Amino acid sequence: MKHRRLLVLAGAIGAIALVASLSVAAASSNRPARTHQAAAIAAPKVPNAAAIKKKYGGQKITFVGDSVGNGHVRDLALAKRFTKDTGIKVSVTPHPAASDAAYSQLARAFSSKSSSIDVAMIDVVWPGAFAPYLVDLKPKLGKQSKLHAAGIVQNDTIGGKLVAMPWFGDYGILYYRTDLLKKYGYKAPPTTWSDLFKMAKKIQDGEQKSNPNFAGFVFQGNSYEGLTCNALEWIASAGGGHMIDNGKATINNTKAATILDAIRAQVGKTTPRGVTSYQEDQTEHAFDSGDAAFARNWPYQYGIGATAGSKVKGKFSVTTLPHGAAGKPVGTVGGWQLAVSKYSKHKDATIEFVRYMTSPAVEKFDAITNSNVPTIPSVAKDKAVVKTNPYLKPAIASVARVTRPAKFLKTHYNEASKVIYQGINQILNGTPAKNVLPGVQSKLNQILKQK
Amino acid sequence: MSSVATPTPAPRPRRRRRTKLQRRQTRLAWLLLIPALAVVAFVAIYPLAKTVYQSFTNQEFLAGITPTKWVGLDNYSLIWHDPAWKHAVILTLKFSVITVSFEFVLGLIIALVVNSSFKGRGVMRAVMLVPWAIPTVVAAQMWKWMLDDTFGVVNDLGVRAHVLSHSHAWISDPSTSLGAVAAVDIWKTTPFVALLLLAGLQVIPTDLYEAADVDGASKLQQFWRITLPLLKPAILVTLIFRTLDALRVFDVFYVFFGNRLDTQTMAIYIQSTIIGDGHVGLGAAASVFMFLIIALFVVIYVTFMRVNEE
Repeated sequence: MKHRRLLVLAGAIGAIALVASLSVAAASSNRPARTHQAAAIAAPKVPNAAAIKKKYGGQKITFVGDSVGNGHVRDLALAKRFTKDTGIKVSVTPHPAASDAAYSQLARAFSSKSSSIDVAMIDVVWPGAFAPYLVDLKPKLGKQSKLHAAGIVQNDTIGGKLVAMPWFGDYGILYYRTDLLKKYGYKAPPTTWSDLFKMAKKIQDGEQKSNPNFAGFVFQGNSYEGLTCNALEWIASAGGGHMIDNGKATINNTKAATILDAIRAQVGKTTPRGVTSYQEDQTEHAFDSGDAAFARNWPYQYGIGATAGSKVKGKFSVTTLPHGAAGKPVGTVGGWQLAVSKYSKHKDATIEFVRYMTSPAVEKFDAITNSNVPTIPSVAKDKAVVKTNPYLKPAIASVARVTRPAKFLKTHYNEASKVIYQGINQILNGTPAKNVLPGVQSKLNQILKQK
Repeated sequence: MSSVATPTPAPRPRRRRRTKLQRRQTRLAWLLLIPALAVVAFVAIYPLAKTVYQSFTNQEFLAGITPTKWVGLDNYSLIWHDPAWKHAVILTLKFSVITVSFEFVLGLIIALVVNSSFKGRGVMRAVMLVPWAIPTVVAAQMWKWMLDDTFGVVNDLGVRAHVLSHSHAWISDPSTSLGAVAAVDIWKTTPFVALLLLAGLQVIPTDLYEAADVDGASKLQQFWRITLPLLKPAILVTLIFRTLDALRVFDVFYVFFGNRLDTQTMAIYIQSTIIGDGHVGLGAAASVFMFLIIALFVVIYVTFMRVNEE
């Protein structure tokens, strides 16, 4: 009798634990899924599908894809269409949302020669590190690569081999609430960081009376790859160099320290104190819930904000990021490529999938449904694309692009970026820049010497 | 010469005393032990030996970087002089001391309560295990949201109840981050400690307490003179379990802080050195240090236990 009661109780506890786990899992996957637009436009059909089906139909491949914003929804829609047309089954696995964690996942798979990943999306700063594990796509996709921006193709070519195909581009932009700027008497978005902080303060003070969660400005302050991107924009836009210039670490300079300290002074004032653990999704969520006046993010956020379910639809716009006293506006170059694993058991079928995913039709679909930057210049100029993606207008798209120092670091990029974002995160969490930057600089120089 | 003349008969008769049967039995014993020994060698000794070997090389995680070669003690000296490692060790020790002591005291109280007889004791014993039944990563993510400074329920309740003057970023703020993560670990693991101690309490014969009652000992005296001494073996096992777990902590910290520098535990430092930076050799050297630190604790506990037995 007693035992039976205990068993029932144990079962009940198991159920409670399970429900708790599932609800957390569901909450995490539900939040960013506002999919109205992605569903409204059908994925483009696969060209030459019959021939592909005849050769490779029935094969199964695994794609490690996007997890930020609606990226996973897009991947599923495109994979479904590809499977329908070609008979090649594609299973889509989203990668970790923090790019450095996604790097670790791939590094583990490659170093163990795993055939469980056929194709993966790789960050613009990784081709150097992963080249030995990737298939040369030049023989089959060399012609298609000529459609893409030459600079990115060059970035993806290591030792004469095309190890990845450009998929979508990225650069940092400033999102701002047009309605709130008007309400508080501003005619134009800020052009300098100090203007931004002043405007953020005034709007926040006013809005917090009715919404205590309201913040002036949100960005990606967590200790992860995204912070390296944000910090590069702050430093470069203040005339403080590009962290590493001409093969030498330059991050320890007064201009960099001044702007980093200025940002630090805003943490907990015009930004939420918790901004030092924000990534892209938290930034997007704060802005699109109507809880922020300004946000720094990648273009993908535009599409989510402009969908029917968003609280800021029709109330926001984008522009270039502000600059410091002695600089000009910049945007960090991001972007993702598709790469085929050397250990894939279905390389040819996988390459056909990459061919489809990086085709002009798919890039146009991605730009319109997900507001991602096309890597094919003719698609980026397409009228329908520019209409849904105003950041592609020349005034914003022609902003000076700054690149993370991958070319000096090659295989050591991930390690160096960790030194950078950990240091910057320490500053944002309250340590003065002058106590942190010398250490970061000497560590970077040590890593540069390793080669 | 005398040494030659002096016979050394001592070992011989002993060897002779072993009968054929005994020898056969010894051989059989070894034979039966071989599978178990092979498993231990494969899952414990081989990885450990390999880690020690790697710690003397400059092995990299990804191919095509540098050819692997022997570097002697270079890795050990790099780790020894790395302030980040020193910080990780101190942080992990702090975390272990805080969590294990709180978990022990709270766990003991809970164990004593659910060991006494009252109505609904069975339910209580089962319900107290709920936090322990939730996977750590899930529990940590739950708490991370609950402790958030903009939408977290903890701040919301705190401000409404006028306990807090304003929302606090418990996780982001370096001055409260260790406390926040320790609190979550204590919440999650106290039930486990209580369970182990409860098992220890249940083997204490009740007639000891009856005798103490007859002799007029107070409840407090009974606790100090009967319960605690007889619970000692269970306490030691619990402390060993918890300390070793706390020293290896990874998941809660990783979910809460990711790659933040000031919250790196030893395990996170090693993971990020090997997989993030790709330095297998360096990470292996740190692993050996961590192994030695944990071994030191085991030696201390086991010695304490032995002394206690005597």
